[in-house]
Amino acid sequence: MNVPVTRRDAVLGIAAAATLLAVPSILRAQSAGRVVVVGGGFGGAACARALKRADATLQITLIEPNKTFTSCPFSNEVIAGLRDIEAQQFGYEKLKADGITVVPQAATTIDAQKRSVTAADGAAFAYDRLVLSPGIDFHFEALPGYDDATSEKMPHAWKAGAQTLLLRRQLEAMPDGGTVAIAIPANPSRCPPAPYERASLIAHYLKTKKPRSKVLILDGKDSFSQQRLFEKAWKELYGDMIERIALSQGGRVTSVDPATRTIVTEFGNYTPDVANVVPPQRAGRIAGIASAADATGWCPIDPVTFESKLVQNIHVIGDACLGGGIPKSAAAASAQGKACAAAIVNLLAGRAPDTPRLTGVCYNIVAPGYGFSLAGNYQPKGDIFAEIEGGATSPVDAPRELRAREATEAERWFQTITADTFG
Amino acid sequence: MAALINVPAKARRGDVIEIRTLTSHIMETGFRHTADGALVPRDIITSFMCRYNGTEIFRADLFPAIAANPYLSFFTVAKESGKFEFEWIGDNGYSSSASAMITVE
Repeated sequence: MNVPVTRRDAVLGIAAAATLLAVPSILRAQSAGRVVVVGGGFGGAACARALKRADATLQITLIEPNKTFTSCPFSNEVIAGLRDIEAQQFGYEKLKADGITVVPQAATTIDAQKRSVTAADGAAFAYDRLVLSPGIDFHFEALPGYDDATSEKMPHAWKAGAQTLLLRRQLEAMPDGGTVAIAIPANPSRCPPAPYERASLIAHYLKTKKPRSKVLILDGKDSFSQQRLFEKAWKELYGDMIERIALSQGGRVTSVDPATRTIVTEFGNYTPDVANVVPPQRAGRIAGIASAADATGWCPIDPVTFESKLVQNIHVIGDACLGGGIPKSAAAASAQGKACAAAIVNLLAGRAPDTPRLTGVCYNIVAPGYGFSLAGNYQPKGDIFAEIEGGATSPVDAPRELRAREATEAERWFQTITADTFG
Repeated sequence: MAALINVPAKARRGDVIEIRTLTSHIMETGFRHTADGALVPRDIITSFMCRYNGTEIFRADLFPAIAANPYLSFFTVAKESGKFEFEWIGDNGYSSSASAMITVE
């Protein structure tokens, strides 16, 4: 039976046990802490599992409204018709089997004083440490005309699931000779190279099925991750099918009009046949409710423990945190989840946390059998994570065999991270 | 690409309108050195001007701290139909111009 203990009870328990020279098993039972994790994506699920593996006596609760997780990595392949959405979906059964309590509810309020999280159904969960891994939400105020209703007409497909399938259907319905526009926000945003991977795979779909069509990128940035690799691949594979209007060419999108499917930039209007608009982003809503997000919309953290700089005993991992040099990605969220778990285990035991060293890897598939990658290592430096040596990017000039091998490695990476997180 | 201009094609008399301009320019500060230590000479736009039917309505001086591809946006009152003329002047005899028409009703 699990009797909820307050922190004071636990502390008194340890003191009493110590004076009575208690048997170690009692000491362990009494010192077990309660950790609540909000958000069951690559960050939250990895963190919950790592906590349970590090100390089976910890009481771990994972609050996540979706019964099935849909992965963003590889969802661009779903859009391009190269993969079924089912291959992206994972359940929480194995986490439950690990002894993690999975609550299929949205977290709605957080009381940092009482250390309690309330779910949508009213249930309250007390914690010693809270981990927020809420991912992103869209910053609709930053893009006039865009909201949830608009996303049904001009899909973002930036949270995998129904939106992914909607964009795929729109591509399938588009006549040959049409234009697909992709509007890309400035950083920070989730998975910075992903819009360019998407442009590539949409071009692949069009080249195969609707060869007179075009991809138009309206970009809020001048330069982007792995740009030379992408641009070389585009030229090689798709000729002039992909056109990009960068920030300094007037590519920044300032508003949209869903009634006419118009994308308005600082210097022009575009009415594409398919409008994939990725809005500006910020930390998931619950981070704001917890007062863990600052004026940027993201969450400042201590990079050693991932503890919020704004609220005590709350840790923020994944896309929602201000990670400095670490790009917001599934690999980074997973690595952060594990490092955060290690820090929490130490903090609950009264030990000093170790300094984490994180590795992030990012694969991009620009056509079936054509991939490249970026790997980076990161360590705390002051208030943020800084990239340290040991990172690598695929060479710009490389034979197709290497691109094919990297595409295979990408698939293997996906199998590994999803098995590690959900399997 | 020379310059991008955004002037409303139409406006009502008395409307406050926004004008946006963006021009491609390296805006080399003159403070940077090459790998072998040589100073990279300054190459910036130093001045921007906008005329509305011949009358100067906006002017800006630009300095080395301004980033490449300077973007300037400003407001004016739509008084009469006619022409906006834009001019950028810079180091090494740099000069560039553009224009846009407006109909005021």
